[in-house]
Amino acid sequence: MTTIRRRTLIAAAGAATLAAPAVRAQGVSFAGQTIEWVIPFAEGGGSDVWARFLAPFLSRHMPGRPNVVIRNVPGGGSITGTNDFYQRARPDGLTFIGTSGSTQFPFLLGDRRVRYDYANMPPVIVSPTGGVVYLPARFNVRNASELGRLRGTELVYASQGATSLDLVPMLAFIVLGLNVRHVFGMRGRGEGRLALERGEATIDYQTSSAYLQQVRPMVERGQVVPLFSWGVLDAQGNVQRDPTFPDLPHFVEAYEMMHGRRPSGVEFNAYMAFFASGFAAQKPAMLPPRTPANIVQAYRQAFAAAVADPELQANKAEALGDYEQAVGDAVEPLYRIATTIDPAAREWARNFLATTYNVRFN
Amino acid sequence: MTDVIFSALLGLLTIERFAFMLLGVSVGLVIGVLPGLGGIAGLSLLLPFIYGMDPVAAIAMLIGLVAVVPTADTFSSVLMGIPGSSASQATVLDGFPLAKQGEAARALSAAFFASMFGGLFGALVLTGAVLAARPIILMFGSAELFMLTLFGLSTVAALSGGNLAKGIAAACLGLAFGMIGAAPATGEYRMDFDTLYLSDGIALVIVGLGIFALPEMFDLLRNGGSIAEGQKLGKGWFQGLRDVVRNWWLSLRCAGIGALIGAIPGIGGSVVDWIAYSHAMQTTKDKSGYGKGDIRGVIAPESANNATQGGALLPTLLFGIPGSGSMAIFLAGMILIGIQPGPAMADRNLDVTYTIIWSLAIANVLGTALCIILAPQISRLTLIRYSLIAPFMVMVICFAAFQASRSFWDLVALLAVGVLGVFMRRFGWSRPAFLIGFVLSLGAERYLYQAVQFSGLEFLTRPLVLVILALTLLSLWAGLRKSSAAVNTEGSVETSRAERMWPQIAFGAFLLAIFGFVVLEGLKNSYLAMLFPVIVGSLGFAMVLLVMAAQLRGPVKAGTANFDTEANATDRGPWPFLLWFTAFIAGVAVVGFFAALIVWFVVFLTVVARTRPLTTVLLTAVACGFILVLASFLNLVFPGGLLQEMVRLPWPFR
Repeated sequence: MTTIRRRTLIAAAGAATLAAPAVRAQGVSFAGQTIEWVIPFAEGGGSDVWARFLAPFLSRHMPGRPNVVIRNVPGGGSITGTNDFYQRARPDGLTFIGTSGSTQFPFLLGDRRVRYDYANMPPVIVSPTGGVVYLPARFNVRNASELGRLRGTELVYASQGATSLDLVPMLAFIVLGLNVRHVFGMRGRGEGRLALERGEATIDYQTSSAYLQQVRPMVERGQVVPLFSWGVLDAQGNVQRDPTFPDLPHFVEAYEMMHGRRPSGVEFNAYMAFFASGFAAQKPAMLPPRTPANIVQAYRQAFAAAVADPELQANKAEALGDYEQAVGDAVEPLYRIATTIDPAAREWARNFLATTYNVRFN
Repeated sequence: MTDVIFSALLGLLTIERFAFMLLGVSVGLVIGVLPGLGGIAGLSLLLPFIYGMDPVAAIAMLIGLVAVVPTADTFSSVLMGIPGSSASQATVLDGFPLAKQGEAARALSAAFFASMFGGLFGALVLTGAVLAARPIILMFGSAELFMLTLFGLSTVAALSGGNLAKGIAAACLGLAFGMIGAAPATGEYRMDFDTLYLSDGIALVIVGLGIFALPEMFDLLRNGGSIAEGQKLGKGWFQGLRDVVRNWWLSLRCAGIGALIGAIPGIGGSVVDWIAYSHAMQTTKDKSGYGKGDIRGVIAPESANNATQGGALLPTLLFGIPGSGSMAIFLAGMILIGIQPGPAMADRNLDVTYTIIWSLAIANVLGTALCIILAPQISRLTLIRYSLIAPFMVMVICFAAFQASRSFWDLVALLAVGVLGVFMRRFGWSRPAFLIGFVLSLGAERYLYQAVQFSGLEFLTRPLVLVILALTLLSLWAGLRKSSAAVNTEGSVETSRAERMWPQIAFGAFLLAIFGFVVLEGLKNSYLAMLFPVIVGSLGFAMVLLVMAAQLRGPVKAGTANFDTEANATDRGPWPFLLWFTAFIAGVAVVGFFAALIVWFVVFLTVVARTRPLTTVLLTAVACGFILVLASFLNLVFPGGLLQEMVRLPWPFR
């Protein structure tokens, strides 16, 4: 494990030096060419919408105004498409990939089917997302500081699976010390919310846009109580409040409200790694390994300009949310946090999933 | 409210927006006519153009497409015996025999009018229900959904094809195929042979095409002639309309079933046609015509599948939970034009909702009109020698199949399921039962597990659960009563009595081996992931044993268990054509899809269809041009072979 870790770090350092800001995007032009943005998911999913929204702006701000098209390569829970990209894509700047938390998690957990290494792919943009954990009002918990009242109560969470994005709430509940039973097999958070509305599930989270549309009306009617948001990460890797929900404590604050101290320990480290990868830096886009520095730079500048485009800013609400997109110099640190995990935390998470939920890694 | 409804209509009726709707309808028509391609492929085609469009125009275009697919997919179901999309599988059972009997025009016209009626009914349901559906949808929890999957499985009794044990075994086989991939309760991978490809399970489109389309194609090729066997298309256009009017009550009930099943998220539209079909059977006194060309067997599924779209929009709009695969992409389109679904769709965004409903209604009428106008031309296909059509079918079917995961393995899976389909057809193991099992497999397991986890075994006492249970028993009773009259999904027993029993017995032994494997693989898992495969595998095993026991008693005593459509065959069977198809797949493995397609087209046309060189070149060019246009719009890279592993080639050979 340690040797792998060291190799990962060295490779990451290599990628970082390659992409040092001093390098200019000299002589790069994609005029008259078509750039393929590989999305290892089917049409219509979250990652697909994300890429389709960004693509026209990227096209507008890339040198030479190339055509940017989305190529969906679904299958194998996004591992198939990413493996294929990692092994075959040419580092000529004409193809790059956008992945999601569900691609990062198997990598972080050391799934043996994974053939890609995030450390070798230079990132060009990282998009965060967020969500809010809430609870039916009948538990008489008005906010996170009263979560202690739930001691002894078994809550039910309708989950998409132990190694899905719902690993983050699972770890969060463990860190908080809540007693939660996970019922698997939901296909999307929407089904989880329906289960809560029907009274089958008793704790839930929704991503920001779904929360605003679907849960806020329930909050206003006094049916459910929001507890905390997942929060976002600042440039130093500290958790900050979600800009969409400035009045709501983030997870770490909620922990402090409940326990009176800051969270720590290996469980918390594992939580932080998967939270970063699943939310704070959920969707990174990367170029193939060994892409020349000037091309990487061209992409970073183009994404920075695309995100600053007033038209994008005016229309981003539904597709991107209110989150600050990490571009330019902000990409590297966030990307590194989202794609690395402390070996002890990884070992703990693997062990936990194997013993509690029969997840097999070998 | 009425002013919102009518201002939404006025908003639609500008030339630009209407043109976009017409565009959606036209694309939907083409995609629907092509076998295997349905709403998912069609919407994927339009998705790249959505961002930046006028929202109303975009909605009109997307809904236009969604609405017309289940109308247009009837063409290939009725004329070719190949389901045009997963929504029209049941239509094949009676539609295709009608076409063979020279009543294609009547079948098509009945189907189109039933479709239009169903579509309008769906739009009407949506109009009223969008304000009141929330509590109804919330009534269906995991327990109710589990019971609904049982209800769906109960239709197997009516579709078991003359021998109940065979029907149940076929359904179990489908259930087992559906379990390939991650177990819903634990995420453990079952029967995936440690491959990434199978870890996602096999896609419905591949199973549908493999089990129905390939066997039908080989069969038609064997006959050598054209589909309509020299007959005319018949006149029957008014007859078809009269058929629908005369069966208005059946049509209405089936539209209701379609809208309801569509509206409940989690069951999905892909079994609606079968449920409607078996409902029609169960409620008719004289069932003897079903499977041989009873017009009610066309009206029922076609009324239901268009109504499903209106129903499926309810959970999509109100909860943001797509009611079907195409609704998931429609949802993505909505987000791209800046509309997030939710309760606001019945409130603040009511105008958007009514725009959708009007689009649905208008597109249904437009689609039906276009289908009727085009029908005489499209129907001519059945008069053409089938060996000229077959290569195009192979191309489109393969193209549809690799939409699933865009990989070569999609084609291998298609071939494997196709071979299974050939044998199931030959030996009379109900393919509809297989398909129903396949579609409901994961749902049944998922919802049972969730129901038990959420509320223990008490879930059985919930009132709605009991109601659905009663309906299920009723449907079982209706399907089993006079079971000898059950529809012969694979042909009639009388003409398929064999003297040589060993081919049937060998296939039975093969099925035994599969079920044994299912049980063994199941036992490798933890308790929750083990239960279903072990039960299904054991039940299937027992049923096959029962069938084989009868078969071993000799050709006469075996009764309905003796079934072999090849019994009196004098030619070489479907093997030559299966070999042709296999050769194509092998070609793809070597030189990639596009190059293999060109070579295969030329060779097949020259050798089998015996066309002149000029015709061969012309037909090949048309086929290649068509597939290139489609692929470039979808931004698709064709599956590659060994050649592509070694050298980099420009698109489309890449």
